[in-house]
Amino acid sequence: MNAMGPMLRRILALVVAATVFHVAPALAQEAPDALVKRVAEDVLAAIKSDPQIQAGNPARIREVIEVKLVPNFDFARITALAMGRNWRTATPEQQKRLTDEFRSLLVRTYSGAVSQYRNERIDYKPLKIGPADTDVVVRTAVIRANGPPVPMDYSMEKTPDGWKCYDVVVGGVSLVTNYRDEFNAQIQSGGIDGLIKTLADRNKGVAAK
Amino acid sequence: MIKQRVLAHAAAVALAASLVAGCAATPSRVDPFEPMNRAFFEIHDAVDIAVMRPAIQFYIDVVPQPIRQAVSNFFNNIDDLISAMNDLLQGDLDRFGNDMGRVIFNTAWGFGGFIDWASMVGIERGNQDFGLTLGKWGFDQGPYLFVPLLGPTSVRDGAGWITRLYVGPTGYINDIPLRNTIYAVGAVDLRAQYTEATRLVDTAALDRYVFIRNAYLQRRRYLLYDGKPPPEPEEKQ
Repeated sequence: MNAMGPMLRRILALVVAATVFHVAPALAQEAPDALVKRVAEDVLAAIKSDPQIQAGNPARIREVIEVKLVPNFDFARITALAMGRNWRTATPEQQKRLTDEFRSLLVRTYSGAVSQYRNERIDYKPLKIGPADTDVVVRTAVIRANGPPVPMDYSMEKTPDGWKCYDVVVGGVSLVTNYRDEFNAQIQSGGIDGLIKTLADRNKGVAAK
Repeated sequence: MIKQRVLAHAAAVALAASLVAGCAATPSRVDPFEPMNRAFFEIHDAVDIAVMRPAIQFYIDVVPQPIRQAVSNFFNNIDDLISAMNDLLQGDLDRFGNDMGRVIFNTAWGFGGFIDWASMVGIERGNQDFGLTLGKWGFDQGPYLFVPLLGPTSVRDGAGWITRLYVGPTGYINDIPLRNTIYAVGAVDLRAQYTEATRLVDTAALDRYVFIRNAYLQRRRYLLYDGKPPPEPEEKQ
């Protein structure tokens, strides 16, 4: 009995240690650079290995983007940032419709861009991040067979559901900044409902001016 | 030679006129000439869709990729020489070494620039131009301009373009048909590199004019600060 005591305690300690080591990584949030790398490689692999995508099936590409990429973006935040001060003047219903339509437009655009990928690979820059950081930029570059690398940076924010992307900067051109003026111009000419209609039209395939 | 000079003079006059007009415009806006620019954009776009896009498609379909790459390399080599000049004007001797090294290397062993050996061994392109040099000297971008056939620019970057017309090596070619052929091939090569970007703008933009303007200005700001632009004054939420 006396001998069993320490033995039991040792086994118990081992079990506890094993549990802690197993659970700890799941409890800790995935680092933003690790997240970007995992998701980007996942999407890239799916695109390169899917014969339907290689044949240019847009629905299939969109599905891959929806399942793998979209959950890691905070579209409400992206839309709010692109709306700037106009966001507050929109009703919750308008905000929801704006977010939905803008999300569709971005998914369509992104799908169109990555569907051209064949021999591309991605270079991930090292990220300096402190334990207290809640807002970081993960820098990457798309390496192409022909032509110079394209820098692609992801602005990431820490949320209770893990790190979420709220802006993509391609070669120095920020998605959010680029849409801010576009949104403003649309709102000035047709109000927030005008902007919603323009976004919806674009998603239905009506060509831009 | 004469034609080029006339073109450069005409552009200089147009720029001077827009500078004068620019003073009268509200200083807060980046695009005081929007109505004129939009009109030019419409013309540019119509020509692009009717002539350039089919020509580019033909070029891509007919000319094999390695040859298109060699053509790009040839023109990039000239751009590298221009970049080297600007490195000197900016006092950036490090980058001057890179760019000049690239030109010498690629011209000597790349059959006059058709093979880009320098990139293969990892010597990066400087990508400097006269517009950026003016920017680094402290000149503001000035009003945004859309010039038909040339595309998006600004008073500062446009002044850079005119400088380039004067000092560029093609100015020394006296065989006019040859020179014009080089210009035409150069234009096709340049436009072909924007095929993907065009597709993206066509899907993403609500108003292509505004989209291209913003992308251009953001990109130039990024290049001016060597890829590390300070954050822009945030709009209050």
